[in-house]
Amino acid sequence: MDNSNEYALRVSNLSVKLQNQTILENISFKLEKGTALAVVGPNAAGKTVLFKVLLNLLPHEGKVEWQQKVRIGYVPQNISVSDIPISVREFLSFGNGLNIAAHLSSVKLDDKNVLDKSLGVLSGGQLRRVLIAWALIDNPNVLLFDEPTTGVDLDSEEPIYRMLNELKKKEKITILLITHDIHIVREYSDRLLALNKCITFFGDSKEIMNPSIQKIIYGETVCAGTQA
Amino acid sequence: MIFLLETLILSLLIAVFVGISAGYLGSLMVLEKMALVGDALSHVALPGLALGILFNFPLFLGAFAFLFAAAVVVWYVGRVTKLSYESIVGAMFTFALAIGILIVPQTELLEALFGDITKVTLLDTIIAIVIAIIAMLLTKTIYKKLVLGMISEDLAISKGIKVARTNLLYLLLVSLIVAVGIKIVGTLLVGFLVIVPAAAAKNVSSDLLRYSVLSAIFGAISSFSGVLSSSYLNLQSGPLVVISGIIIFAATVLAKWKTK
Repeated sequence: MDNSNEYALRVSNLSVKLQNQTILENISFKLEKGTALAVVGPNAAGKTVLFKVLLNLLPHEGKVEWQQKVRIGYVPQNISVSDIPISVREFLSFGNGLNIAAHLSSVKLDDKNVLDKSLGVLSGGQLRRVLIAWALIDNPNVLLFDEPTTGVDLDSEEPIYRMLNELKKKEKITILLITHDIHIVREYSDRLLALNKCITFFGDSKEIMNPSIQKIIYGETVCAGTQA
Repeated sequence: MIFLLETLILSLLIAVFVGISAGYLGSLMVLEKMALVGDALSHVALPGLALGILFNFPLFLGAFAFLFAAAVVVWYVGRVTKLSYESIVGAMFTFALAIGILIVPQTELLEALFGDITKVTLLDTIIAIVIAIIAMLLTKTIYKKLVLGMISEDLAISKGIKVARTNLLYLLLVSLIVAVGIKIVGTLLVGFLVIVPAAAAKNVSSDLLRYSVLSAIFGAISSFSGVLSSSYLNLQSGPLVVISGIIIFAATVLAKWKTK
């Protein structure tokens, strides 16, 4: 029996065309609440477009159904802050402005001096943590991260994913993240969605270590059909 | 003598209010990397000024009508074609400048290009001050939204911000303040008022509050000192406002260089 209350997200027959080019075709999948979904695929596979559709930023065909009372926190892949004189405090106060220090602490940025620093002078790791704090400010129950460790050195990557994992467990947040890192998929996600315009694989994220699955994901495109 | 003093006081009042407002609005234009848009857009006012001179209606209205129309065209073409604002404005401003120079009577051309604040009336002053205050208050309500849109348009839209509509409102407010600023510095130099004070403020700011406040203060100081010195030296106000602002800009460059 299909209990719809269990699902954070249900996507059915989703297709996206931009400037007469098919970007996504017939995407269907369901995601249970409180799980972490890793979205993988080669460049230009439509991963970021999928996220934009989930956020209702792009026109599309098909259905995207979020759980009731969904509150989505989003961290995009690219932001431009190098040329804007804006402090961390000001950036975080764009949300509801409450408990800014507590939110920074939840992403393990306890240094009080960070609040008055300009976003443009933060290290890659600090900036990503600030962005995650931003995404958490409106108490979301779903988080969307488009390559959450872009611009972060390897040593800082793992702690960020560990932190996301802790948040998921503690706050029962559903997480969708785009990543290229097989290790991250295996260690920090529950489900795996491989895209290449269509879905090439959907299933347990541990399958990413299976060479035949890797061949499917990164080799020649063979659509897996509907997953819903 | 009393008449001259009264005119000077009115000119200084306009200068301070328009300087504050232009500096504040300009702070967003510099962040948006639209500095040249502000400059080029101001030239679009020239044909409007020319029509005002030829048909004897308030020059402000002529300038604003052309600036307003240009802002809407820039916004719409930008939305449809995804071309940068700079490319679109660049394509239209030289055309507007050429048309304006051809139809502005030669005797009025210098005043239109470089401004003349010695002819202000009480009504001009009241209109300029009211417009400056309204433009600034409205900009304050959309300031954070515009900055968030610059950081990431997707992030802004995902927070429910209507980025395109907010940009249009901002361009219209810039048109208003540029139309008023033409009185002080003329159509050729009014771009200065929205660019240089903000560029100077950016040199010495690490947060938005300080940046926007300093932009407004530098705008006011440039306009005030330029207009005041023009009355003592009996020279046109426009070039002197620009020189005052450039001195402030140079000082901030030095200050930044010293802290490096």
